[in-house]
Amino acid sequence: METEELTNELELVYSKPETLKDVPFHYCPGCSHSVAHRVIMEVVQELGIQEETIGVAPVGCSVFAYHYMNVDMQQAAHGRASAVATGIKRVLPDKYVFSYQGDGDLAAIGTAETIHTVNRGENILMVFINNGIYGMTGGQMAPTSLPGQITSTSPYGRDTADVGFPLKITELVAMLPGALYVSRHAVHTPNAVRKFKKAITKSFEYQKQKRGTCFIEVVSNCPSGWKMTPVDTIKYIEEVMFPSYPLGDIKVPKDENI
Amino acid sequence: MEQKNNNEDVRLMKGNEALAEAAIRAGMDAYFGYPITPQSEILEYFTREIPNRGGVVLQAESEVASINMIYGAAGAGARVMTSSSSPGISLMQEGLSYIASAQLPCLVVNVVRGGPGLGTIQPSQGDYFQSVKGGGHGDYHLIVLAPASVQEMADHVFEGFRLAEKYNNPAMILTDGALGQMMEKVVLPPEGSLPKVEKPWATTGKLKDRKANIITSLFIQPEKMEQINLDLQAKYKALQKEVRFEKIGCDDAEVILVAFGLSARICQKAVDLAREKGIRAGLLRPITLYPFPTDELRRLSEKVDFMLVVEMNAGQMVEDVRLASMGRCPVHFKGRMGGMIPNPEEIFAEIEALHEKQSASFVKEA
Ligand SMILES: Cc1ncc(C[n+]2csc(CCOP(=O)(O)OP(=O)(O)O)c2C)c(N)n1
Repeated sequence: METEELTNELELVYSKPETLKDVPFHYCPGCSHSVAHRVIMEVVQELGIQEETIGVAPVGCSVFAYHYMNVDMQQAAHGRASAVATGIKRVLPDKYVFSYQGDGDLAAIGTAETIHTVNRGENILMVFINNGIYGMTGGQMAPTSLPGQITSTSPYGRDTADVGFPLKITELVAMLPGALYVSRHAVHTPNAVRKFKKAITKSFEYQKQKRGTCFIEVVSNCPSGWKMTPVDTIKYIEEVMFPSYPLGDIKVPKDENI
Repeated sequence: MEQKNNNEDVRLMKGNEALAEAAIRAGMDAYFGYPITPQSEILEYFTREIPNRGGVVLQAESEVASINMIYGAAGAGARVMTSSSSPGISLMQEGLSYIASAQLPCLVVNVVRGGPGLGTIQPSQGDYFQSVKGGGHGDYHLIVLAPASVQEMADHVFEGFRLAEKYNNPAMILTDGALGQMMEKVVLPPEGSLPKVEKPWATTGKLKDRKANIITSLFIQPEKMEQINLDLQAKYKALQKEVRFEKIGCDDAEVILVAFGLSARICQKAVDLAREKGIRAGLLRPITLYPFPTDELRRLSEKVDFMLVVEMNAGQMVEDVRLASMGRCPVHFKGRMGGMIPNPEEIFAEIEALHEKQSASFVKEA
């Protein structure tokens, strides 16, 4: 049956936005990437900015973001998404530009680009998917992996004396004057998804005002890399990730800071 | 310093500044760069001029960032350029490989200094291999232009943008610290004289009547990746016709010098010295290093006693000259390294010695 027949007598309340291509996601079952993709594209649809939005995909599990997001996109070298986004935004200053990166991409190999992009206050949205692991390459330790976390390259647990503590890059960029709006979210419950969506909407609205960088972290999961069922990853996010990566706004624009 | 004659815009300028001024006149939309001697004047020129004349200039946090900004801006359809010197160009190699694979036009200037390592800020041609053989990972080529004067520093900017946009391929101007720093008379082309080209593939925002444009270098299926490689190779074959070179005194030559850029200027004097001494010497100067004047060198190799390749490195282009000559004539090499510049006398001495040896061996054989 077609959607129309199905909804003949009913009100259609939820459908795939035009800003998502009509293809199934390749992500592992339960992975946050699909939800995050969808939410960003829903916002692009609702704001009516599909024709004016250019996205940048990273190297990582979301390298193929352009297979799903139905906007003009560029795929950047590992860690360089925010430099690529800078290049785009500087020559197309009136378009909406966003980058989408994992923690290895944004907070390890791309740390310099991340910090300097925000420090310049590039008028872009940076979406940061923090799953505490290198998903794509098979579950190696990330800069955001938690103390004691077992990964394929920290088989005895992350030893902070040896490799340091998790890098809280979101708190770090929030210190920079170029950062306009910095907020940490998750997409593990409907309520969290709603809040994340609001943050993405605000970020695109702020971008129009050209007042600085919007940086949205998503505390995310990796069922395959963590070797857990999707349901267990949600428990892990709440019990183990949130204490280190607490949700909420870290920096909001001054005029809203009352 | 500025002297105008009626129609021509003639000035006395440093190589680096002539190049920068030419880029503005060539309609460059954006420049991203990072300071390094001996080319910082380029970034300085742009940060001074562009705010008053329009366009984008940004000092990036590194050459890694610059080249990726170039990727983004080129992908968004802008006419873009970056410049650096050897260590910085090394940092750009990953980005250049991505740009070549994604088939984006851009212009990269390498004002070469002596290496390896941090090396010296003195001029060198030690980055020939890196420039013409690819440089980064994978099978790709840059279009490589080698100016030999301040005039060509300016002209090659126009040529570089034109070729890059014609073939959707990164182009490089391979020059050196001496050409960047020296002052010479230069005739500047008029502003806006390089037409803009349509870039329907650019990521400028997905319009209703077209599919989303995607700039990528990821082709995960080997069949597709092989096809992309075949397309690239076909493009490199097609651009062979853009080969450019200059021949001086080659028609009756018994000895041919082969040199590019600064070395070629010095060789020109050595050729004169040889001619004064009755040795019929000539000079072939490749203007494009990729494509390389292989066919012309093959033709010449059939009629000369020997060739002498002169470079400011340990012998890089000489390998390509030997490949072109395929053993039809001896191909000798004279080089200085590490920022040392050969002088015409030492090159002439080399010609004279080789000439004598060759004549003696001819006598012996006869
Ligand atoms: C220069 C370079 N180094 C290493 C890699 C290999 N690599 C691909 S993805 C990746 C890590 C990605 O992890 P993350 O950014 O956390 O994203 P996720 O896959 O978890 O979504 C690495 C190291 C690469 N592609 N390029």
